Amino acid sequence: MLAARNITFRIGNKPLITDVTVSFAPGKLHLVIGPNGAGKSTLIKVLARLLRPQAGKVEYAGTDVRETSEAELARQRAVLSQAVDVAFPLSVREVVMMGRYPHFGSRPGPTDERVTDEVMAFFEVTEFRDRNYQTLSGGERQRVNFARVLNQLWRTDSDPTAAGSGFRYLFLDEPLTFLDIRHQIDFMKKLRRFANAADAITVGVVHDLNLAARFAEQIVMLDDGRVAAAGTATEVLTPDRIRQVFGVEPTFVPVKESGVHLFFDSPEVAQTSVCVRGITD
Amino acid sequence: MTRPHANRAALLIALGLITLLVLAASIRYGAIDFSVSAIARALASLFPGQPEPTLDQRIFLELRLPRAVLCLLVGASLGVGGTLMQALFRNPIVEPGLVGTSSGAAFGSALFFVLGGVFHFGASLWSLPLAACLGGVISTYLVFLLARSREDGRASIVLLLLTGLAVNALFMSAIGFLSYIARDPQARSITFWSLGTLSGASWRAVEIVAISTIAGAVIALRYAKQLNALMIGEEEATYLGVNVNRLKWIILSINVVIVAVATAFTGVISFVGLIVPHILRMLGGANNRYLIIGSALLGATLLSLADLIARLALRPAELPIGIVTSAVGVPVFLSLLRRRQYVF
Repeated sequence: MLAARNITFRIGNKPLITDVTVSFAPGKLHLVIGPNGAGKSTLIKVLARLLRPQAGKVEYAGTDVRETSEAELARQRAVLSQAVDVAFPLSVREVVMMGRYPHFGSRPGPTDERVTDEVMAFFEVTEFRDRNYQTLSGGERQRVNFARVLNQLWRTDSDPTAAGSGFRYLFLDEPLTFLDIRHQIDFMKKLRRFANAADAITVGVVHDLNLAARFAEQIVMLDDGRVAAAGTATEVLTPDRIRQVFGVEPTFVPVKESGVHLFFDSPEVAQTSVCVRGITD
Repeated sequence: MTRPHANRAALLIALGLITLLVLAASIRYGAIDFSVSAIARALASLFPGQPEPTLDQRIFLELRLPRAVLCLLVGASLGVGGTLMQALFRNPIVEPGLVGTSSGAAFGSALFFVLGGVFHFGASLWSLPLAACLGGVISTYLVFLLARSREDGRASIVLLLLTGLAVNALFMSAIGFLSYIARDPQARSITFWSLGTLSGASWRAVEIVAISTIAGAVIALRYAKQLNALMIGEEEATYLGVNVNRLKWIILSINVVIVAVATAFTGVISFVGLIVPHILRMLGGANNRYLIIGSALLGATLLSLADLIARLALRPAELPIGIVTSAVGVPVFLSLLRRRQYVF
């Protein structure tokens, strides 16, 4: 269990998130949604302990995250960012190998080499193995980074370093930005597979409400630094709330298996109530 | 294309062999050439029971040999310093002297020369490198103090680069001022020394530089993995368990010590620390473990070659080595730049 308790984070006097209390259960894919500036990335960075909040605390399995050392944290927590630049020419394999850095001393051992190969095969980036990371496209880079990040959390039966470890925490900050539609869906499926492991706690930020509705088992909706709603897609994504938080007019279209598909319209053509709210903003 | 590990190991072994070859050439040729048998006899005279060394043999043992070894060590220091700074700043155009270290060390030594002339004390075993280190530390600290952002107290890379540039200019003008007011003998040594020279090499110098170079390189090697992680950004490195601020201080400290100590004995030698990591990256990629070992070897090799040229070009007179490294280094650097695959 991952829990944020009464988190407030400010830069100067400007609060980015205010009194956020939310918890994330293992085995489920949690997605955080909200308009620009709602505090989604800030929440992810606070959860991942990159940012230290001014008030409140983050607990990993009941332990205050401040009490964990950097090295120990890196063995159980990984973060996928929007875009990762490499300063010098590095091979793709070397970039993926970085995921194993918290697990070995100065040089990778046979386990690290094997797990890295395994992860690269799983994420279908083996073909890029010896390519210079800098020459990859944005989408290819993101797939490589997804492999790197999961390499950090990868556990196999034959890996002695993983035995008896606790939960694995994966955070994703708008991971789909540079992916085409096929790779977005592929990515979400792989993510879901990881998230459904009993020892995995996964929290991601996405912009596409339809992807969130389709793949998330739990949704947290943020608005202006506060939790607007939390629960399953059907509980959270109500017309009223979408109207209120995102300022758009949703239309729900039933689709055969995944339930509904959402269409959006700008508030100008929406009902008067939305326009009135727009003025009072 | 980045090449796999096996090639790197072979590359490092080849570099090691080239280093030995250059060392052999550099002890053989100079103002006087020594034949292989003369070198063997000179070395043999060190063992008990052998006849006292002749004048030629003493020249070899007390001037040529320490100079060749010092050259290897200083070259290794500058190479490793360049690799460390480029890894830290995530920028391939960075030099060890960039954050003010070299010019500060040069200023420390110059001031030492001038004050020594006024108050009549000479350079003893530790006082000159100490003065250089002090100068290097002060200028480096000054750069960081001025580059620190007011909001979060952290130093941004761009601000560091620009502040380093300014502080370097300040210290170089201070050195110019010292050489202007100094009496003749000191002024000459300041000029010669600010161009870089290995002519003052001694076994004492070798001992001191050996300690700093070897210790610095070995410690740096322990942080190679963390420096690799830094290549994907400070935030990402943090997620991989790296304490980035601590890493910065450790790497900067290593750089200050190895560069200042080397500068204390040889003066400012530019371009070695800039070019060495460039060449290595083109040959075998950017893994810092490989780069640190490789830059020690290649730095040693290149500086020895430069010293050989400095000694042979106007034989029996010699050039300041800094002139050679710049004359050879600038065109090489420019051609590297034109073929570069980096984005600045």
